[in-house]
Amino acid sequence: MYKSYGKLQVLRGVSVELEEGKVISIIGPNGAGKTTMSKCILGMVLPDSGDIKINGESVLKKHLYRSQIGYMPQIGKYPENMKIRQVIEMVRDIRKKAAVDEELIGLYRLEEMYDKRMGSLSGGTKQKVSAALAFLFDPQILILDEPTAGLDPISAEILKGKILKEKKKGKLVLITSHVMSEIEEVADEILCLVDGNVMFYETISDLKAQTQETRLSRAVAKIMNEGRMQ
Amino acid sequence: MNKIIKYVLYDILRSKIIVAYTLFLLLLSIGLFNLGGSPDKGLLSLLNLVLLTVPLISIVFATTHFYNSYEFMELLVSQPIRRSKIFMSEYLGVSLSLSAAFLIGVGIPVLLFAPGATGLYLVLTGVFITFIFVALAFLASVITRDKAKGIGIALMLWFYFALIYDGIVLFILYSFGDYPLEYATLALTALNPVDLGRVMVLLNLDVSAMMGYTGALYKSIFGSGWGVGIAFMILVLWVLVPLLVSRRAFTRRDL
Repeated sequence: MYKSYGKLQVLRGVSVELEEGKVISIIGPNGAGKTTMSKCILGMVLPDSGDIKINGESVLKKHLYRSQIGYMPQIGKYPENMKIRQVIEMVRDIRKKAAVDEELIGLYRLEEMYDKRMGSLSGGTKQKVSAALAFLFDPQILILDEPTAGLDPISAEILKGKILKEKKKGKLVLITSHVMSEIEEVADEILCLVDGNVMFYETISDLKAQTQETRLSRAVAKIMNEGRMQ
Repeated sequence: MNKIIKYVLYDILRSKIIVAYTLFLLLLSIGLFNLGGSPDKGLLSLLNLVLLTVPLISIVFATTHFYNSYEFMELLVSQPIRRSKIFMSEYLGVSLSLSAAFLIGVGIPVLLFAPGATGLYLVLTGVFITFIFVALAFLASVITRDKAKGIGIALMLWFYFALIYDGIVLFILYSFGDYPLEYATLALTALNPVDLGRVMVLLNLDVSAMMGYTGALYKSIFGSGWGVGIAFMILVLWVLVPLLVSRRAFTRRDL
């Protein structure tokens, strides 16, 4: 996959194959192309060249495949004067599907706030709505862009629990994050992007074995430093 | 698509601007009909004001609405719907609500005070102008991401069609006054939807007698069913061309 914004090349030939039933964490420095990559998968950003395939079928310029994806954006932007209830009902309406998985709505007690306007919500509450929406339709693929940023510790715990639960159901979960301890808790594999290239794509245990470190953050730092020296 | 239009309409009706617009048009129409002696005079003044304000309000309202709905569209884009569907729903939502305001604000007074073919042409022209300028507004908004720039482009478009264009036409007519320009002016009229609408309504009023030879030519063309048909076709083109161009741009850009 290639993508550039004007002169800025964001993705320079990223090519990976991701398997279901795993939690894959996309890491990398700011501006490495993590968000761009997930937006490409969602069709929000159109790649300059390359292809994206889900279950062997190209998804470029298609839309129905998105019913299989739940997306939680980094910063949830919602129409300010819509209420939480309306947003959820609208998405439900569009997906033509009754909600299947209302667990997060319950755990985050969103029902109590159903009549609040999106514009009046705090950043954390918006994130909770985003998370609830992402999991609502029991999608096969979950794309979570820095999901716990802005969430309080209890809510973050709830979300992590939910991620692990979904993984057991055999779903593919993509998480971009900067918090290594959190990645260590939920992820199986790590995909590292640097300047739009894949630097490495390994399982966590392999990474630790390679670098002979017990902590993931050290292991990643070691590899990154080696990469810079070469 | 209807579902999304429903939410777009809901959002527009909440803003109350559309209600203010309806009331403004209503006051304007009733006032003008009561001011002038004959209904024809009222129609004529109404025509001039409608051709100035309707494009302006349509284009400014549609541009601001488009930028304000950015979040809404972003939310929808990650859902399983076609982008062109999102775009068309936004377009229809805005143009239908503005047209409804126009039909209530101008259509009803015209029906009450000056029913007839001329009134019908005036209302039809107004609705077409609304659809055309909303399409132009969306085109301006799709071209640039910057809200201020987008509104600037939209205002420039209005300025061009409502004021500058007539100046250019006058200049051409004045400079080439020695040549027969009847068909050239006809072509020039078709290149501006506002002028086209104006000519269509004017020719149904008696004032066309004052427009000299060109007026007579226009009358012979627009007076026939054929001519009116072609004029409406051109107005339809004025809706479709900017709409399809901007829809294409919208489906091919990053959000």
